[in-house]
Amino acid sequence: MAPTVSTTTPTIVDLRTSSTREVNELLSSPGAPKRLTITHPDGAHALACGLDADLEVVVEGHVGYYCAGMNQKATVTVNGNAGVGVAENMMSGRVHVRGDASQSAGATAHGGLLVVEGNAAARCGISMKGVDVVVGGNVGHMSAFMGQAGRLVVCGNAGEALGDSIYEARLYVRGSVASLGADCVEKEMREEHLAELAGLLETAGMHYDAGEFTRYGSARRLYNFHVDNASAY
Amino acid sequence: MTTPTPSTPLRESATFDRGVIAEIQRAAETGIYDIRGWGAKRKLPHFDDLLFLGASVSRYPLEGYREKCETDVVLGDTHAKFPLHLDIPITIAGMSFGALSGQAKEALGRGASEVGTSTTTGDGGMTPEERGQSKHLVYQYLPSRYGMNPVDLRKADAIEIVLGQGAKPGGGGMLLGQKITERVAGMRTLPMGVDQRSACRHPDWTGPDDLAIKILELREITNWEKPIYVKVGATRTYYDVKLAVKAGADVVVVDGMQGGTAATQEVFIEHVGIPTLAAIPQAVQALQEMGVHRSVQLIVSGGIRSGADVAKAMALGADAVAIGTAALIALGDNSPRFAKQYDELGSAAGFYDDFQAGRDPAGITTQDPDLAKNLDPVAGGRRLANYLRVLTMEAQTLARACGKSHLRNLEPEDLVALTVEASAMARVPLAGTNWIPGQL
Repeated sequence: MAPTVSTTTPTIVDLRTSSTREVNELLSSPGAPKRLTITHPDGAHALACGLDADLEVVVEGHVGYYCAGMNQKATVTVNGNAGVGVAENMMSGRVHVRGDASQSAGATAHGGLLVVEGNAAARCGISMKGVDVVVGGNVGHMSAFMGQAGRLVVCGNAGEALGDSIYEARLYVRGSVASLGADCVEKEMREEHLAELAGLLETAGMHYDAGEFTRYGSARRLYNFHVDNASAY
Repeated sequence: MTTPTPSTPLRESATFDRGVIAEIQRAAETGIYDIRGWGAKRKLPHFDDLLFLGASVSRYPLEGYREKCETDVVLGDTHAKFPLHLDIPITIAGMSFGALSGQAKEALGRGASEVGTSTTTGDGGMTPEERGQSKHLVYQYLPSRYGMNPVDLRKADAIEIVLGQGAKPGGGGMLLGQKITERVAGMRTLPMGVDQRSACRHPDWTGPDDLAIKILELREITNWEKPIYVKVGATRTYYDVKLAVKAGADVVVVDGMQGGTAATQEVFIEHVGIPTLAAIPQAVQALQEMGVHRSVQLIVSGGIRSGADVAKAMALGADAVAIGTAALIALGDNSPRFAKQYDELGSAAGFYDDFQAGRDPAGITTQDPDLAKNLDPVAGGRRLANYLRVLTMEAQTLARACGKSHLRNLEPEDLVALTVEASAMARVPLAGTNWIPGQL
């Protein structure tokens, strides 16, 4: 049954009585409520994906795969954990996960801000294309793999092969890095980096000193194929 | 006076022939594998190894110039609100802007639209030229997600999730630095001039169960309007098709190893995958066993050149075919008009396959604006439309001869094979017998 829309108070949709299709259809309709709360998501997939308006969506509970996928403009907050590919290919807006995020958080995203207050699993920020990702805890292996643009901030530790085959994404890690991937190197933390990192932390609501972080990025040695680099691929 | 001893005639090694020796020497000099475009060049069992059994006493033919033989096809009518309805079952395969010039993409759109069929984007996103000129445009969803965005996704008429292609099943893409111009780099969010690598796996899912959820997401984002294709390179086709259907695909695209590429290692092109002929019966069997043959449509690509190939693919059970290499040739690729320029590149008209180099004198596989001017998109589009019409008429000719009033009514029973290999792969009897190898 399609949820009723209120123009004065946040609309509440209970996924025990409404379907994901009904919720997404409502959120993509011209009459979408500006503020919507979704209750009992119970791991539903593809929830609040494809949004393209200045909406505020709050999900009370855990979500499945691809929550807020391809988000544009909207602010989506998950008061729980998120499954694979939260905010994948986000273009703009803000997605905030209060708990942990599974694999491929923010994958291929072009813009906007993804905040994960807990940990993010493997491949966080894989093929990121301009998004900012701030993780309060740790990230798993192969995070920022082939990262093209944007910034990944890790307030905890990073797993193996951080930034493997990275292009122009900038990575900031406060804790340890298990290992760096191919062509990813530690880089000098200059004033402009400290300033942008401080701004990101503030925007994400993380209370850390930018000076505690180390910057990583591409050595740009693998940008063009050369026989001497064959073993790096 | 003594008779000179006859010299031993020169004997070329069958194992180490001149081509093999030249490749060993090239590898030793450069230390890098050979990269090229086009598809497999080796001799493979193919549609040429099949023949149609025209009607005679036991079958009733249609009058060639009087009785209709329909050609239209509907793609993706299982789940999508707006399935594609094409006038002919010959579509244009995915080829990227980047690999191809903007003029080439525009010409493909013009030619396809003129005859009421679809064209397809490629790695790197959708260009305005292509969208503007394509009545039916299929938007590819690839592992790299270069240029992927929800605005273009919603502009598309269908979405094709690419898991692989026939020229390199299991491999990612590459676009060498000479083709990464400012525009291409901007569309792909890459630095100019880098040798662009594309991942071989999708970044946010890892198996068929995940694929089902990915398809769900794409349907949600596009309001369940667009048909969702899943494209696989032909390898374990029977299983891949079953898994694609189980995941929710509306259309399955199977690309045989003769399918083309813009840039791939020679060793990959020639040594991975199976011929198109071998893949079709596997795909059809999978669809039939799941009870979805014809309701989940099958598009076949890889080495389609003539109306005979179209008709044979459809007789084996395909709903439509896709062409890539042949479409580029129709536009002007390898044309004798550029014989002198090909010669200067160390190649020749009819042999040119250095699509990766970006120096195509025909203006097709290049990003050089001066070279791209050599392709007039209007004239190129017209040539493509002509070619597509010829393919269609040829296929109709053969179908009428088999008594079929629609191309889709062609069936395996209309075919025989010329060779044991083709008979075994296509699962039609060896000509003049009732024998199909491997079947009782």
